[in-house]
Amino acid sequence: MKTVMLKIVRNYVLLFGCLVAWSGIAASATISGPAPNFSLKSLSGENIKLSELTGNVVLINFWASWCGPCRQEMPFLNAIHNKYEALGFTVLGVNVEEQVANAKSFIADRPVDFPILIDSNNTVSRLYEVIAMPTTVVIDRDGQLRFLHRGYQAGDEVEYRKMVKKLVRE
Amino acid sequence: MAMIFRPGYFLIAVIILLASCSATPWVQPYERANLADPIMSFDRDPIATSYMGHVYDSREGARGAGVASGGGCGCN
Amino acid sequence: MRELPAAAVVAVTNKRPQALLLIILSLYLVDIAAAVLPEDRADALFHSYDGGGVEITGPSVLVRKSFSDSVSGSLHHYVDNVSSASIDVVTTASPYSESRTENSIALDYLHNKTLMSMGMTKSVEPDFDASTISINFSQDMFGDLTTVNMGFAMGDNIVGRNGDSSFDEQATTRNYRLSVSQVISKNLIMAVAFETISDEGFLNNPYRSVRYLDPTTPQQYSFQAEVYPRTRSSNALSLRARYFLERRAAIFASYRIYGDSWGISANTLELGYTLPLRSNWILESRIRYYDQSGADFYSDLFPFQDAQNFLARDKELSSFSDLTLGVGVSYEFDNRTWSTFKRGSLSFYYDYILFDYEDFRDLTQPGSVGNEPLYSFNAGIIRAFASLWF
Repeated sequence: MKTVMLKIVRNYVLLFGCLVAWSGIAASATISGPAPNFSLKSLSGENIKLSELTGNVVLINFWASWCGPCRQEMPFLNAIHNKYEALGFTVLGVNVEEQVANAKSFIADRPVDFPILIDSNNTVSRLYEVIAMPTTVVIDRDGQLRFLHRGYQAGDEVEYRKMVKKLVRE
Repeated sequence: MAMIFRPGYFLIAVIILLASCSATPWVQPYERANLADPIMSFDRDPIATSYMGHVYDSREGARGAGVASGGGCGCN
Repeated sequence: MRELPAAAVVAVTNKRPQALLLIILSLYLVDIAAAVLPEDRADALFHSYDGGGVEITGPSVLVRKSFSDSVSGSLHHYVDNVSSASIDVVTTASPYSESRTENSIALDYLHNKTLMSMGMTKSVEPDFDASTISINFSQDMFGDLTTVNMGFAMGDNIVGRNGDSSFDEQATTRNYRLSVSQVISKNLIMAVAFETISDEGFLNNPYRSVRYLDPTTPQQYSFQAEVYPRTRSSNALSLRARYFLERRAAIFASYRIYGDSWGISANTLELGYTLPLRSNWILESRIRYYDQSGADFYSDLFPFQDAQNFLARDKELSSFSDLTLGVGVSYEFDNRTWSTFKRGSLSFYYDYILFDYEDFRDLTQPGSVGNEPLYSFNAGIIRAFASLWF
């Protein structure tokens, strides 16, 4: 019986160890390096290239219509876009779904003022190493990555706003 | 059959699962559109499934291992 | 399936609470971005069971509401209005009507990727009271592809007997559950679940009897009260899968194997599909097969009085099989019609179950003692419900 007990304890300690090791993903992080360039087509038909937006602060938000938290944060992103646009800022909503129709009908119901880009091949998602839904990346006026936020919970829009406000003043 | 329920064998299965601790996810979060669809939920209407579970439990000798959760959008 | 060695069962059962505690503690120390709470919704269901001389109908209402990003609560109210003239009842008693009410409250707390749920249920009927408390931990791991669920439930039953106010027995139940669900591909998810249950106390029915051969009576048999063991421990292991088909449909399958210390072993196999039609309709269809081999101490006809230490003639413990065919249809409406709610649906499910007993005889039918026809019956079940998401 003692061996059975030791075995159980050892195995559960192993589980504990793995969980601690897996704790590497934080919700918010400051990042660095040049933002990988990309070119995607928007819902309105025009091609948008990231490098052409240098000089502006850019907030890229990776979202999908099936993602609850993504839907929740849309109005907040829209509000931030409208507030800081005049100071040289834009939000880019990158939709990651294979079927464009889903994004189209979602935006038709809940229109936003910022460009919605279609990444149906997931090339940009892979480029930006999107490992959580939603993922928000903020890029400064020099095209450098500055801020990364994974997931969305009520109150996170305050962090987005703070970051954008800071970078817009640079 | 009784072998499956021996603590040792069961825990070996758990260890194998844990050994995959460091595996990189092979389904990216942006590829979860189908898994997030309500029709892919194990239990779309809990009020209906729990009633059926009660019907079977009160007329059959077997009980247990009826529920599962997981999948979905994997958000946050 | 041969009985589990008692020592093994005891060893595992005793160590489980400690192991569980270790896991619970470890989960709280991990700091990862969070998962999501279950959706806010309200459901009102009407249920009806009609088969084998038994009619049970009633409502079931479930409301779930979140109070913040991390806390969600739910309330459930359920009633069974029973009108029973079942085979057991007509054979040894008289038809009866009664009502059972069950109320539950549950609280869910989300902390990072751990969802902790606690619940309490109380079921009341004239001669039986049951209270259960349960706790469940759900943890998303490995890139949210894996969900591990661990649960524990404890139940207390008080058994009475109508017309006998001095009759007061108790039984307790302990459930331990562990399940792991795993995303296999973009279109396939599978889950394995294990549940072990142990009961202790008064486990039989105070009204039910067993029969034994008795040449001194005209019908050649007599009845005596059933006698059950005071403990029962069971293990169940299930595997289920759900696969997404292009063009939006889902097929599902599940298999469960069961065995317990009373000698009952059972298999359950279920297959089905969920098929959305047009934009607002969902059709669901399933088939379920169940078979069990009876308890060691079960017999339809014992050779004489007090033939064994334990005696049972409950058809639920006999060798039998049942087959269910079920269909369901749901209509979804979104908030364009009624903006207070995100979406709503109306659903109707009908299930037909065919029960076939291999060693339980129908004593209402003619036949020489021990050769009465084997019992079988069919039951029709309706579930009609409305759901609102807000």
